[in-house]
Amino acid sequence: MTRRPPVSLAVAATIGVAFLVLPLVGLVAKAPWSDLPSLITSGPARTALRLSLECSFGALALALVTGVPLAWVLARRDFPGKALVRALVTMPLVLPPVVGGVALLFAFGRRGIFPLHIAFTTWAAIAAEAFVAMPFLVLAVEGALTSLDERYEDVAGTLGTGPLATFRRVTLPLVGPGLAAGAALAWARALGEFGATITFAGNLPDSTQTLPLYVYLQLQSGHPDGAVAASVLMLAVSILVLVALRGRWRVSRS
Amino acid sequence: MTLQCAVRAVRGTFALDVALVAEPGEVIAIVGPNGAGKSTLLRALAGLDPCTGDIRLGDADIGELAPYLRPVAWVPQDGALFPHLSALDNVAFGIGGRRGRSEAARWLGLLGLDEHLHKRPRQLSGGQAQRVALARALVRRPALLLLDEPMAALDVATRTDARRTLRQHLSSYDGVTLLVTHDPVDAATLASRVVAIDGGRIVQDAPPSHVARAPRTPWLADWMGLNAFRGRTSGRAVELDSGGRLVAAEVPPDPAGEVLAVVAAHAVTLSRVQPRGSARNTWPVVVRELVAAGSRVRIRCDGQPGVVAEVTADAVADLGLAEGVEAWASTKATEVTVVPL
Repeated sequence: MTRRPPVSLAVAATIGVAFLVLPLVGLVAKAPWSDLPSLITSGPARTALRLSLECSFGALALALVTGVPLAWVLARRDFPGKALVRALVTMPLVLPPVVGGVALLFAFGRRGIFPLHIAFTTWAAIAAEAFVAMPFLVLAVEGALTSLDERYEDVAGTLGTGPLATFRRVTLPLVGPGLAAGAALAWARALGEFGATITFAGNLPDSTQTLPLYVYLQLQSGHPDGAVAASVLMLAVSILVLVALRGRWRVSRS
Repeated sequence: MTLQCAVRAVRGTFALDVALVAEPGEVIAIVGPNGAGKSTLLRALAGLDPCTGDIRLGDADIGELAPYLRPVAWVPQDGALFPHLSALDNVAFGIGGRRGRSEAARWLGLLGLDEHLHKRPRQLSGGQAQRVALARALVRRPALLLLDEPMAALDVATRTDARRTLRQHLSSYDGVTLLVTHDPVDAATLASRVVAIDGGRIVQDAPPSHVARAPRTPWLADWMGLNAFRGRTSGRAVELDSGGRLVAAEVPPDPAGEVLAVVAAHAVTLSRVQPRGSARNTWPVVVRELVAAGSRVRIRCDGQPGVVAEVTADAVADLGLAEGVEAWASTKATEVTVVPL
């Protein structure tokens, strides 16, 4: 027999669940199911979807290439200012995304201090998404690395395997689940990115208008059906990610 | 190839400073209390922990090389087999290629693991995993083999088997083996030399039989199943630093020096009444702790001096020995070995 929680807590918890579930119910109930296929495959929606996929996977690639080595350094090496670096890595988690977008603009924009001339291009959308998605990957991989017994890497070293080959043949396979979970979370976060993207990349159809921006525009321009249809699509993707992870994002002491 | 090393490593307040020379084929047991620096020494030799000093194998100075460039194999406790690879892939890890895999399979065959080539480490027993780890280390024919408590993770029954396997392969291995162990039986059966480390320094370097006869520290004596007391000679007796005195049949000529008086635990007799026999050393004790050791019982007693006696389980019952019981300890003068320090 399971023990029942006190009534007051149960009520509060139920309200909490309702608060999380009711918006989704509203979305699904209001979805124009019969028109859904045509709404999703309409020209602008298809473009936004394609752009979203390109940008989110581009952002994931950027996060992987720089984030995995960063996680390794955080987990395996001591250096002065390490606490500061870890705090900086976590920053995008707590920073309002729009502030991240403004920061990106004044760093890499045309009048930024490191002008890359990418503002308001697809590259800017990718950069904005990578900026907010990176912490999810770094923290998940660092957690997996920290719980990985360092002796495996030590043994590989004494078996004539250099550091890079050891990383590829021992470290990566053993942190695989943590890496996959971090990548899925980071990708999902990139896919949904709005604030930083619209600030740094703008809302230009065909180059920076990703799905979330498309949803916003549809609502603003009096086309709620298009907004709901695109939202349902993204909800489906989110559920897929959750199912694929099956709770593994609660990193991995196993 | 001869190993010549002088290793210095500092970890906070702990400093390791050890110099060793070992000939090809030699098996050296590294023993000492926890935190003595045994594992640190092995890791330094493998290049896994930073150290200063000098490490030579034959003519080559390997002290500055990265771990993967040293002809050194390191087997940590419980083997640390790669969990994502089969036994065969574990052993072939350091050699690679088709030839590597067949060589790996040959080694696993030699170690009686023909049927387990494709099993993952978690499907192997402790003893099998230990053999795979040994094969993985030996297949690369290292000049120096470092074994860190290879039997520690095994149960008693498996340990006997594992020890026999290890003995067989170490005797045909022509490199230098350093074997960290907590088990005096390992040291006696596998090693030709015991190097005892305490507080980061070598306190004794001698064949196992010599260490058993004349341990240089109380820890070594206790580890070997012996009692050892620091003190100074006074005529035929040793005045012990901890209080009490022991008469010995023979004492070293230097009357002023500090000595260790050593008595085997099984040479200490316990009785409930004061004995009137020929034993020259008799003193009252209180039983503090009884620990089963195989078919015998080790009894730790308080007194002057405090002493460990090893008696049969029958004797414990006959004498009614239990915690807190008062008894008499006695030992013959001929059982007291006096070692100058």
